[in-house]
Amino acid sequence: MALSKEQIAQRIARELKDGYYVNLGIGIPTLVANYIPEGVHVVLQSENGLLGMGPFPFEGEEDPDLINAGKQTITTVQGSSFFDSAMSFGMIRAGKVDLTVLGAMEVSEKGDIANWKIPGKMVKGMGGAMDLVASAKNIIVAMMHTNPKGESKLLPACHLPLTGVGCVKKVVTDLGVLAITEGGFKLLERAPGVSVQEIQSKTAGKLIVEGAVPEMVY
Amino acid sequence: MNKVVNNADDAVRDISDGAVLMLGGFGLCGIPENCIQALVKKGVKGLTCISNNAGVDDFGIGLMLKSRQVKKMISSYVGENAEFERQLLNGELEVELIPQGTLATRCMAAGYGMPAIFTPAGVGTEVAQGKEIRNFNGKDYLMEYAFDADFAIIKAWKGDTQGNLVFKATARNFNPLMAMAGKITIAEVEELLPAGALDPNEIHTPGIYVHRIFQGSAYEKRIEQLTIRKAHQ
Repeated sequence: MALSKEQIAQRIARELKDGYYVNLGIGIPTLVANYIPEGVHVVLQSENGLLGMGPFPFEGEEDPDLINAGKQTITTVQGSSFFDSAMSFGMIRAGKVDLTVLGAMEVSEKGDIANWKIPGKMVKGMGGAMDLVASAKNIIVAMMHTNPKGESKLLPACHLPLTGVGCVKKVVTDLGVLAITEGGFKLLERAPGVSVQEIQSKTAGKLIVEGAVPEMVY
Repeated sequence: MNKVVNNADDAVRDISDGAVLMLGGFGLCGIPENCIQALVKKGVKGLTCISNNAGVDDFGIGLMLKSRQVKKMISSYVGENAEFERQLLNGELEVELIPQGTLATRCMAAGYGMPAIFTPAGVGTEVAQGKEIRNFNGKDYLMEYAFDADFAIIKAWKGDTQGNLVFKATARNFNPLMAMAGKITIAEVEELLPAGALDPNEIHTPGIYVHRIFQGSAYEKRIEQLTIRKAHQ
């Protein structure tokens, strides 16, 4: 069975380590915050100027001056701090943020990512995505393996305009976990009940399969 | 030295057609509501606006777009605005999209007196087209220039008559950076205090950067995406 978006988030949450500073993008990445393993304490960074992002506020407690990068009302946690946008991207650029989780439209076997622009459609802008992918030490992409037309999103080379080059380390999709290696996408885990053949047929980029590929635990 | 002006109309009095403006805020959070309204009332045209976003249809910079005052937007994300989209598709509006960290750091550079910065954001993408690339320690960086703005228009939580500013929560965002970067910086604050009322240890923006300050009124502080959790969770 292919994973749901929540299960993708749940699997990515297992990558979190105690003490990590983490930036979660919009979409599936945001859901990762709901599945942080017990005993693991991470600090969530919001690039509009907050370390220590808490859950959504209770009704009536929302503060228009306190939002996340998706412009949603949020709260702080004990030990939070605020800062300006240059410092926020400064800490990203300097490699202080341990893990960045992003969505993507396409990922190439070389670790290139495209997630900001579709030619012919209204371009809304890259926001902070180009800064994040150019600098983050560890980037995991959370996305569906294929697009709504059934076409592979894991490609030999991206067709869409790039957000960043050679930056993605790992991809977690509804079908499996794949590492970007020199030779291409190395299949590390497959979703429960999903065969290597199915993943192979839905991966347009080079897929490396070594030995028996274990089923995912999430 | 008197930096205190009466109101937003007074603060924006000499902003003329074709001016390059920086406007603080992230989404609708921490935007200079009073000055935007004053600029709409003044009807000044042909503006270049450097601001992370472009407001929504009926609020923020969206109000200036609706009255066709903006010639060019320099932003990182311009998603939530139908009138913006219409003007863009009709070729009535020029847009330069740049990475958010680059936008922030180009403001910072101006405020720190540095002509340019080097950033890896956009290397290998269309953002890099026509830009100088330098390699430092094996990694490529784009050279991006400091912004040059006639006016920076920003919003703070508290300020004093010396122009010292304190920001609140994530309404800080681009505001202190732009405050440092304008040839003339206009600050509107929710609460204007006499000099000495703010603790010098807690000032975010020193008054040297602020040329005009006033206490704003009737802040709407519109929430773009109200998200709440249920009480039992």
